[in-house]
Amino acid sequence: MSGNQSRADSVQSRRVTWEGCSVLLDINDGDRLVFSRLTENSTLKIGKKNYSLRPLIGCPFGSLFQVEYGAEGSKLSRLLESAEVSNIQENGDYQPVEEHRDNRELVDNNKAQSLSGEDIEELRRQGATGDKIIEALIANSATFEKKTAFSQEKYRLKKQKKYAPRVLLRRPVARSICETYFTKYPARIGFMRVDTLSLLLSMANVAANSDILVVDMVGGLLTGAVAERMGGSGYVCNMYLESSPYPMDIVRMFNFSDEICKRIVRTSLSDLCSVQNDPSEQMGHDVSVTANASDEQMCSHETLTEPAVMEEIAPPSQNEISKCKIPKAGDKASQETIDLWKANGFSSLIVAAPELDTWNTVKDLMPHLSHSAPFAIYHQYVQPLATCMHNLQIEKMAVGLQISEPWLREYQVLPSRTHPCMQMSAFGGYILSGVKICNPEST
Amino acid sequence: MLALDTSKKLSFNKLIADGDLVIVYERHDTMKAVNVCEGSVFQNRFGVFKHSDWIGKPFGSKVYSNKSGYVYLLAPSPELWTLVLSHRTQILYIADISFVIMYLEIVPGCLVLESGTGSGSLTTSLARAVAPTGHVYTFDFHEQRAASAREDFERTGLSSVVTVGVRDIQGNGFPDELCGMADAMFLDLPQPWLVIASAAKMLKPDGTLCSFSPCIEQVQRSCEALRMNFTDIRTFEVLLRTYEVREVKNDSMQGHGGSPSQQPPCKRRQTNEGSNKQESISSTIMARPSAEARGHTGYLTFARLKCSA
Repeated sequence: MSGNQSRADSVQSRRVTWEGCSVLLDINDGDRLVFSRLTENSTLKIGKKNYSLRPLIGCPFGSLFQVEYGAEGSKLSRLLESAEVSNIQENGDYQPVEEHRDNRELVDNNKAQSLSGEDIEELRRQGATGDKIIEALIANSATFEKKTAFSQEKYRLKKQKKYAPRVLLRRPVARSICETYFTKYPARIGFMRVDTLSLLLSMANVAANSDILVVDMVGGLLTGAVAERMGGSGYVCNMYLESSPYPMDIVRMFNFSDEICKRIVRTSLSDLCSVQNDPSEQMGHDVSVTANASDEQMCSHETLTEPAVMEEIAPPSQNEISKCKIPKAGDKASQETIDLWKANGFSSLIVAAPELDTWNTVKDLMPHLSHSAPFAIYHQYVQPLATCMHNLQIEKMAVGLQISEPWLREYQVLPSRTHPCMQMSAFGGYILSGVKICNPEST
Repeated sequence: MLALDTSKKLSFNKLIADGDLVIVYERHDTMKAVNVCEGSVFQNRFGVFKHSDWIGKPFGSKVYSNKSGYVYLLAPSPELWTLVLSHRTQILYIADISFVIMYLEIVPGCLVLESGTGSGSLTTSLARAVAPTGHVYTFDFHEQRAASAREDFERTGLSSVVTVGVRDIQGNGFPDELCGMADAMFLDLPQPWLVIASAAKMLKPDGTLCSFSPCIEQVQRSCEALRMNFTDIRTFEVLLRTYEVREVKNDSMQGHGGSPSQQPPCKRRQTNEGSNKQESISSTIMARPSAEARGHTGYLTFARLKCSA
């Protein structure tokens, strides 16, 4: 009973932010996505100004904030539901019976707006809210009345994003982290789209009380997503096949409890295959050093090459980290656990390793799976999966083999304006899935 | 099917026992769920299989019939179950199921509401996602289907995680006892907009909702109803395209002079013939998309309950 209660609490406590937690900031309805950690000193840059994120600490995930102009300058303040005047939403439901206007006389020559930038600054100094500024812009636009209702709505939305930007506080979970990385830095996650990731988790039967073998060369996104779905039981074994482990930095963004972090362990293939004990301290030390080094590399890469719109908040200083006590994942698996895996095998396998030879990797790992264990192999290219599938069939190592390519399309749904979105992802990778069989003929 | 505690981990469960549920695999599109019973037989076009031969063998084994035909015995999983369960209604398949679970952000410990239960295809995967500490409350207005679903969940070992209720959700909304308790909700109803108000009461703030509708008109009405209390409303379509793989053998034309017309490379199904032939024959593995594909299942509309103070 008490076990249930603490589990329920941990699901509940994830709903409100705390100092040191990792968050995903959604600026202007998905226009801009930024990962951050809420500390006393962390800030967010909107336009030309840096805004303190302190007001966000202690608020529920899903809270909306707006830039407010006050006597002491501007800051982020929480938009509460009652105060939220949503002109956009009201207009969204309004269906004009007949629209007589059109754009035949509208000329886009930048002369329609009579308020200048200085006029707007003056309004700001007088303490006008963002909404008041938008109303002023509409009143001073020569062409606003001539626009169609839909066009007016679009105009209003555009001005709101500029003069009254909104920040939505999002929970970093597998879905939001994957979507953000896919939008901003897809190469770092091997172009794994969110529907592809979700398929990997299903096809590999990811669930509580499992032992899941993962080869994750996509920054830790896969490891984190698997650990999230295991909820603090069983083990995710993040395996490396060469001399050093692969970076797993994305795991830190999930806000995992200690319980879940303990379940994410690392081991090398050689450790799993070896007969005697390996010296574990030395290996463990090397692991954490490698992880920090790749952290720094990631940050400097960002400041140099990323354009101004896409930024990543710099990680907190060492002082702040020790204050916040971010639980660590990725410790070396204990010998006891490794022995258990040797005896029983893993309950399933997921591979996302663009730099490794697919067939050889699968061939080496398959013997470590339990009987009738499902597996899912991700790749950006179909050819290595085709070769792997063919070989698995010939060697009679698996059944139910299938190569799938997921397809995802989003829709805009508005009255009289429903259609698929203009932008679409054409590519999210391929997956080879199947179930291991025991073949007495091949042993 | 699920490991509800650490002593029952799937990897520990290696040998088939009397009473176990197995998935009999003939081909990738021919599978059947069978409860192993000492003394029973399983019959198909390959012959007669005695269950007693199965008992004590590991899952994943190949077993033979009296006519030397064979099948594989696989351990059940929600994915395999979706492919073998009896269809009392149209069901959801893996592409939609996996996307829904990820997008609803369901993790162990969550409380999930579902209506309608249908044939329990999605329900099985929801159970896996919330187990062992969470729970799925699923409702269907058809008494017989609800009973069949309950039987299925008994058979697959999910009864401790799933509760099936008979209720007309469109007419009466969700039960008051569940107010404010749901982390996530899934609706597969003909008129989901009638349920949105009740959904808003059941969900925790920032809780997630998904509505599955085959027709775009249903989607439009649902989105309109959602705008009052929900935010982050997004609608998607998800589909899977599968690929076929062939080994193409290219005969090398050593010393066959004369004829200008080359033999086209002969396409053969993959075989594992112990090759006595010399390696003048090379082969290429080629992949192409399958000709048939599912064109549409339904639109998935997701939303989050707005946070108030």
